[in-house]
Amino acid sequence: MARHAHKEKLIHGLFLLNGLLVVFLLAGIFAVLVKTSIPAFREIPLGQFLFSSVWNPTATFTKPSYGILAMLVSTFMVSVGALAIAIPIGVGAAAYLSDVANRHVREIAKPIVEILAGIPSVVIGFLGIVLVGPMIARIFGLPNGLNALNGAILLAVMALPTIVSLSEDALKSVPRSFQEASLALGATHWQTLVKVKIPAALSGIIAACMLGMGRAVGETMTVLMATGCSIKMPASFLDSVQTMTATIAIELGEVPYNTTHYYALFGIGLVLFIITFFVNMASDIILHKYQRVMK
Amino acid sequence: MKLKNVTQAAGFLFLRICVTAAILALVVILADIVTKGIGVISWEFLTTMPKNGMTQGGILPAIVGTFLVTVITALLAIPLGMGCAIYLNEYASDTKLTRLIRMSIRNLSGVPSIVYGLFGVILFVQLMNLGTCVLSAGMTLGLMTLPWTITASEEALKNVPRSYREGALALGATKWQTIRTNVLPYAIPGMLTGTILGLSRAAGETAPILFTGAAFYLPFLPKSLFSQFMALPYHLYVMSTQHHAISKVRPIAYGTALVLITMVFAMNLVAVIARYRLRKIKME
Amino acid sequence: MAPRYARVMAMAFAAFLAASIAMAADEMVQIKGSDTLINMVQRLAEVYMEKRPSTAIAVTGGGSGTGIAALINRKCDIANASRTIKPKEVMDANSKGVDPKRIVVAIDALSIVTNTSNPVKKLTIAQIGKIYKGEITNWKEVGGNDARIALYGRQSNSGTYDFMKEVVMEGEYSPSLKSMNGNAQIVEAIKQDATGIGYVGVGYARDAAGSVNVVKVAKDHSAGYFGPFNVADVKSGRYPITRPLNQYVNGAPSGAAKRFLMFELSDEGQSIVEKEGFFPVPDEYRKYNESTLGSSLGFPADNPESRDPNEGAG
Repeated sequence: MARHAHKEKLIHGLFLLNGLLVVFLLAGIFAVLVKTSIPAFREIPLGQFLFSSVWNPTATFTKPSYGILAMLVSTFMVSVGALAIAIPIGVGAAAYLSDVANRHVREIAKPIVEILAGIPSVVIGFLGIVLVGPMIARIFGLPNGLNALNGAILLAVMALPTIVSLSEDALKSVPRSFQEASLALGATHWQTLVKVKIPAALSGIIAACMLGMGRAVGETMTVLMATGCSIKMPASFLDSVQTMTATIAIELGEVPYNTTHYYALFGIGLVLFIITFFVNMASDIILHKYQRVMK
Repeated sequence: MKLKNVTQAAGFLFLRICVTAAILALVVILADIVTKGIGVISWEFLTTMPKNGMTQGGILPAIVGTFLVTVITALLAIPLGMGCAIYLNEYASDTKLTRLIRMSIRNLSGVPSIVYGLFGVILFVQLMNLGTCVLSAGMTLGLMTLPWTITASEEALKNVPRSYREGALALGATKWQTIRTNVLPYAIPGMLTGTILGLSRAAGETAPILFTGAAFYLPFLPKSLFSQFMALPYHLYVMSTQHHAISKVRPIAYGTALVLITMVFAMNLVAVIARYRLRKIKME
Repeated sequence: MAPRYARVMAMAFAAFLAASIAMAADEMVQIKGSDTLINMVQRLAEVYMEKRPSTAIAVTGGGSGTGIAALINRKCDIANASRTIKPKEVMDANSKGVDPKRIVVAIDALSIVTNTSNPVKKLTIAQIGKIYKGEITNWKEVGGNDARIALYGRQSNSGTYDFMKEVVMEGEYSPSLKSMNGNAQIVEAIKQDATGIGYVGVGYARDAAGSVNVVKVAKDHSAGYFGPFNVADVKSGRYPITRPLNQYVNGAPSGAAKRFLMFELSDEGQSIVEKEGFFPVPDEYRKYNESTLGSSLGFPADNPESRDPNEGAG
């Protein structure tokens, strides 16, 4: 009997360890990023790193400069642009699926949107080059369409499934009584949707959008392939940009291990980690608050 | 009254346009890749090595590479993901620690894939000194897949009725015996189907393998788990941006894209069919 | 159900491993680096592998910096570089016990390309430098149309990027430079952009000669303007932007890597160099190469049937 109990305890312990693994993993990722970027900050003033827009680690005629501001701006331009496109379409599609569509339409449309989520980002990036790029070039009369707008459109496509399915969940969990009360008071279906259901589901929708934002900030291949890669501070959506993720992807393969440039790239990774961490946390908190309210 | 109806009609039209736009995005993507890629696909394309500076020949090493890496990913992510899910669903009570674990899982799923790549470079390539190879890349992807595997596995465990556990416990079985005999057999198929979806995503990822093992071009298949490899998603990236004659190899890029999405969708389909059949079995 | 999944997976895995081992070659040379050299070295490798199928040569790009970094990190046997190694890189290498040795495989005449519709057909070195430094921003300043100049260049891992900076511009790039992945992408961009200027290896310029305008270049405004295609102009230095294309190895080359290098420098190898649009290695560099290789390049190309007795480590 005692042996049994011991064995049970051991197994419990093993599973606990396995459960703790994810905590160690998250902490480990953070620790590795911090530890590997510390040597960079011994040489690069933090002010320059965050607030200079000149990224030129290989300069020979001037001092090498490690400013990530232009990349930071590029990342936000592309992600915010993506959300500006994806939120109205995504929330609209979610509202349609939850409130307007009949069962048949819903059963066809939902899986289609989910399939969209399964397309690898490198394929989306490829289409940015062969499809969206030439289209943008033609519309705006540009020599090439590899710019922030292209990245924003592609990221919008990638953010759509998240926004649609989570917003739909949020709309669905609005109590029926809300809707019935509104309709009973003589409001139309549309008025009920816009004035009652969407406001009631708003925090869920916001959480969905923030999750989409987190994905967009961290997406690499799509922006690497479709935004043209220019490290200059962008002036408009038609400028080529280079995001933080793209910079890491391009430059990590080219630097010898354990040089300032190498450490600085991990510094960018750390900034990315922190941004996405807080965006995801915020989304989580909003979602939880909302679930509590709904209960 | 009339205005109200007009507004409603306009509003619903807008919503319909939104859905159409989302669906259209998928249709356009698939149509472009399928129409331009299908002509390239042949038995030879799938089973031969690239030739003439990758301007001719097939993509065999990329297919093999992606397969091998996905196997490593599965070997790492499935047991660890299941273990974590078993802990959360069967053992853990709602304590601060449990909440910390859950928070970590949610945050891990939001960590950018390139950051996993950076982590893999330090942990596997340098610290464990595995070098850039199948093993390093597979394990990096495995860690990235972990949060998805855990979520899917927990879902499957939740679907096992309470009564199954209570029955065994009432007969005097220990907790682990109960899990082993009365929970896992019913949960494992569901766990695996959920996991396949995660793996299909891992198979299509590029950023984490950029620096942990994927090679631009190799004239042979990986010799062992410690060799570099070519991978389908990375090959598509190379063929569309890095190759020295990009316009010349565009057809190969389309072919690669088609093979890649076919593979990803096939894995998805397997999961969907398996889930459907499981549900049917349960109903009977 | 679970064990069956696992068994199928394990079997497939084993089958693939067996297949991979069966298809593996005996000897392996990893070459990595410059995009400018990649076409040429790839071609050389293919011809060589036909002669000696037991050797597998993997040629990959990524840029000179990537190649040299890989050599330093011991990730390749030969690094292609369209520039010479930097003192800092030598230091990095030495600190890791790597001793980079240079071989010159070909000569490049770096070509300046513009859109065919651009009336500017010739430029001086100083003008090109000012354009890329952002000191000249409009084509009318160099006798062209009133249009902003769009700068196309390479990413910072490119040897050509560095060569332009160090030798032609003698200063830092304008931040509005569009960084392209490779020569081919620059050519593609210039074909479409009427206001663009770009730089590519002469092999790429030759391939694209009809669809882009290859600018004639003068050392200074008192010298004559010359194009990059004529051997005599390049040899004499009348075309002013020439550079050796290099390969770096760790220590004195030996084994399969050495045999391949010897092939590249043989008459057959050098004729492939010319076919790919570049210029063969002149005598002064031949001597230099012989001293690095520790072998005379006088004898004909390595014959796969009879191994060379001079080879130290086989």
